[in-house]
Amino acid sequence: MKPVKFKIDGRVCTAEKGQNLIEAAKANGIFIPTLCYFKHLNPLGSCRICTVKNNGRPIAGCTLNVDEGMDIEVNSAELLDLRKAILEMMFVEGNHFCPSCEKSGDCEMQNLGYETGIRYARFPHLFVDRVVDARPERIVVNQNRCIKCKRCIEEIKTNDGHKVFHLTQRGNRTMVSVDYEQEAKLSEQQAEHAMHICPTGSILVKGKTFGKPFGDRQFDYAKANTNIPLTDLKKHVNKNKKKKRVATASLAGCFGCHMSMLDIDLGILDLVDIVEFDKSPLTDYKKFNERCDIGLIEGGCCNTDNIEVLRKFRKNCDILISVGECAIWGGVPAIRNTLPLEDCLKEAYIDSLTSEENETVIPNHEDIPKILDKVYCNHDVVKIDYHIPGCPPNANHIWNVVKNILFEEDYSITYPEFKYD
Amino acid sequence: MDRTHLLNELWEYQLKFGYISEKAISRISKKLKVSIVEVESVTTFYHFFHQKPTGKFIVYLNNSIISDIKGHEAVKAAFEKETGSTFNEYGDNEFSLFDTSCIGMSDQEPAALINFQPFTDLTPKKVKGIIDSLKNDENVKDIASKTKSKIQYHPEGDKAIIFRSYEMGKSIREGIKYSPDEIVDKISKAKLLGLGGAFFPVGYKWNSCKNNEADTKYIICNADEGEPGTFKDRALLQYLPGLVIEGMVLAGYATGAKEGIIYLRAEYQYFKKRLEGLLEEFRKTKLLGKDILGVKDFDFDIRIQLGAGSYVCGAASALIESLEGRRGEPPVRTWSATKHGFRHKPTVVNNVETLAYASRIIELGEDHFLSLGTEESPGTKLISISGDVAKPGIYEIEYGTPIIDMLGIEMSQATSPYFIQVSGPSGECINNTEFNRRICKEDIMCGGSFMVFNRTRDLLNILRNFMEFFKEESCGVCTPCRAGNYILNEKVKKMQRGLASQEDIKEIKQWGNIIKLSSRCGLGKSSPNSLIYAVEKFKDYFNLKIPPTNEFLNVEFDMQDAVQEFDSFIKDTQPELDK
Repeated sequence: MKPVKFKIDGRVCTAEKGQNLIEAAKANGIFIPTLCYFKHLNPLGSCRICTVKNNGRPIAGCTLNVDEGMDIEVNSAELLDLRKAILEMMFVEGNHFCPSCEKSGDCEMQNLGYETGIRYARFPHLFVDRVVDARPERIVVNQNRCIKCKRCIEEIKTNDGHKVFHLTQRGNRTMVSVDYEQEAKLSEQQAEHAMHICPTGSILVKGKTFGKPFGDRQFDYAKANTNIPLTDLKKHVNKNKKKKRVATASLAGCFGCHMSMLDIDLGILDLVDIVEFDKSPLTDYKKFNERCDIGLIEGGCCNTDNIEVLRKFRKNCDILISVGECAIWGGVPAIRNTLPLEDCLKEAYIDSLTSEENETVIPNHEDIPKILDKVYCNHDVVKIDYHIPGCPPNANHIWNVVKNILFEEDYSITYPEFKYD
Repeated sequence: MDRTHLLNELWEYQLKFGYISEKAISRISKKLKVSIVEVESVTTFYHFFHQKPTGKFIVYLNNSIISDIKGHEAVKAAFEKETGSTFNEYGDNEFSLFDTSCIGMSDQEPAALINFQPFTDLTPKKVKGIIDSLKNDENVKDIASKTKSKIQYHPEGDKAIIFRSYEMGKSIREGIKYSPDEIVDKISKAKLLGLGGAFFPVGYKWNSCKNNEADTKYIICNADEGEPGTFKDRALLQYLPGLVIEGMVLAGYATGAKEGIIYLRAEYQYFKKRLEGLLEEFRKTKLLGKDILGVKDFDFDIRIQLGAGSYVCGAASALIESLEGRRGEPPVRTWSATKHGFRHKPTVVNNVETLAYASRIIELGEDHFLSLGTEESPGTKLISISGDVAKPGIYEIEYGTPIIDMLGIEMSQATSPYFIQVSGPSGECINNTEFNRRICKEDIMCGGSFMVFNRTRDLLNILRNFMEFFKEESCGVCTPCRAGNYILNEKVKKMQRGLASQEDIKEIKQWGNIIKLSSRCGLGKSSPNSLIYAVEKFKDYFNLKIPPTNEFLNVEFDMQDAVQEFDSFIKDTQPELDK
């Protein structure tokens, strides 16, 4: 094979003529992220995350073979944002509840979310009701998490060459279906292979999902020594006051984020020296005493009271921050968003195992808030200035963001402190 | 069984039993020696294949925007009332009702297909009549509508290229006077462009197929006219099918291909028999078959392949996938079709209209063609005009014709035109400051769909219809198109609910560009166009409808709307306290 010279972001690279761009870039020390490209498989070109520009023309990097004189753009601001956007589309299209996912920590998509620094999705979450198919012999296919990369379709075949997975339907209903007959023929090893090549937690092998405990997984402590600078924060300098004021609230959440706030242990003593808490469960003040510099909101909005509290916070705080997955996009309470509200309430209050027939009722009184048709994330209701992901977010993450905003010094967090679970 | 017969096999089951049962799928998978899910992947991809039993009569009512503005809602209600079935739910064993995208009848909307027979210009009263007749066991075919479109305009006298007298075999007879090289040369000289919407130079395509050595080559006529608003290919196949067939024969002669396939969209199957009859006639007169017109080794024959309801199959690469019995997903392209196309052999895929023009160029000579139109796009073009015009129908216009003329008294007679969508939802919209733009390569090209909307039409309603269309028709394989069109549709819905701000307009442009940049095929690369152009060109409308971004509380939230669902059912769940 003839070696050829080509450029990536202006840097001259060499590779064999016709080599796949992803491989060629890697050999030259440039990482092009992708979720569908897989070793020996023909390029699938389905996820589009590796989109690059070849002589100005956009194309999926995995479908490009290098040739003499190519001028390839990989990490321009436009393309970095585009990659982030496509990943965000995947997050909003499926129902990716990282805190309750068996693959968390081993998930390529989640890791790419960390790598690209996604704190929240710019797009609205679609909350489509999707099937979890446990009928196959060895595996479970969770359509909520599938990104239709097609890896399993091309790679997983029975010993006699039959496909086990294939796309069915089309448009936004497209999904990867399983052939039950062929799936039963898979060996334990083949089934596990399917689980491992799946870039998300869509394909799981029954009984094998917790083989490696959380905390020991491949992305858990990846890049433990790298720091993530907390950039694009709005600095807030209010020189008139001695002490900065912080308010917090828990809406449709579990108070876990508040627990996490306390996790800085003795650091909290330093904190009360420099900030004063206003309305917050920590102080038990029910009303705002003064205007606050920062409001920290845990949880999304599932009822009318949440909406009112949130609006009050917006009115009384200069900077409003969504803390945790529930605040950012609905999180665990939003699992109900794929179902009609009536079904959820009936299941909870009337048809539940512990309720006796005709003895229970769905609570409804003018003194209690009304339940909204779905769980809304906070930035659906008011303007939110910053998002801190995690379930719960790491304490250092929370307080470093706060310190960054309130004081003029820059703080950063370590890589493993940025998590969705 | 050969995989390329899969669509036909599925059609047999569909037409015979009204659906494709699990048993049938299992049987077919054994015949093909593939897994069941692989057959399912194909059956579930196409709109006209059903997995559940359907009624004796299957109604497909067009839900395109033109149908919408011509009274779709009332007609839909009438169908539901008269049949007792609900749309998109399989109904009883008498009637199944389904929505479908444009069926190529935009000059006669609202229109529907009942057991694939056309029924046009529907009104609630007419629907009642039709359903009554069907219930009285009348034959669907007997009561179906005549669908020939009106040819409203063509250049005067000798200037018309398509709509002039036609004599069977004349183009082929003229063509064999030249060598294949000369034919390609004539087409190249005439600068004929692919008229399906991509405008790729035809001469280049034919030449490249000719130069690629192979034992077998194919000519495919793309009659999968799916862009909403266009019906010119249907009109051509109804008025001058011979011209199209001759174009295929000439393409075969020029490139050395011996087999032709007409990929006919399923919506047009009501004239498939007539086309087949005509092919037979061609064979009898030695214009098809072995040694055509006595020229030794000039063999060419044509078969018709029926599609099964998929817009994306109108893209050449997806069409080939479909012909090969797979999902109509545009594949990752490493080769052009003229090198490795159908069955991995050199293949020319040309649109119906392109082939008709190719025959006329050979028949009339390229000089006649070049004497009309503009420098970069000589000749004429067929346009299907529909919407708020007095004279919807087919127009053969000379390239370079200004849009204002097309709307004027001489042509379509539009009434206070406001929003014009050129080339269908994937094309570009035009506002009234641009009416002097001309249809030609130098200015704005038109694939064939030309939809006119007047001031009374709601722009958001039009755009919503377009986005719903793309959301449904995306093949689903790449993320930006599958998820992105869904997301953009949500944006339009947000605007309709009155919850959007100017920030959303900005996002539409940004998000649309992301989809355009990263999508795999032409569908995703063009689907956000109508929306992006509209917010740019109809600023008046959007400034009026959408409030500016509020710096402090920039988010609109309708709490009343969010508790409506709770309020609507909660009362019925409460015990009656009065007792």
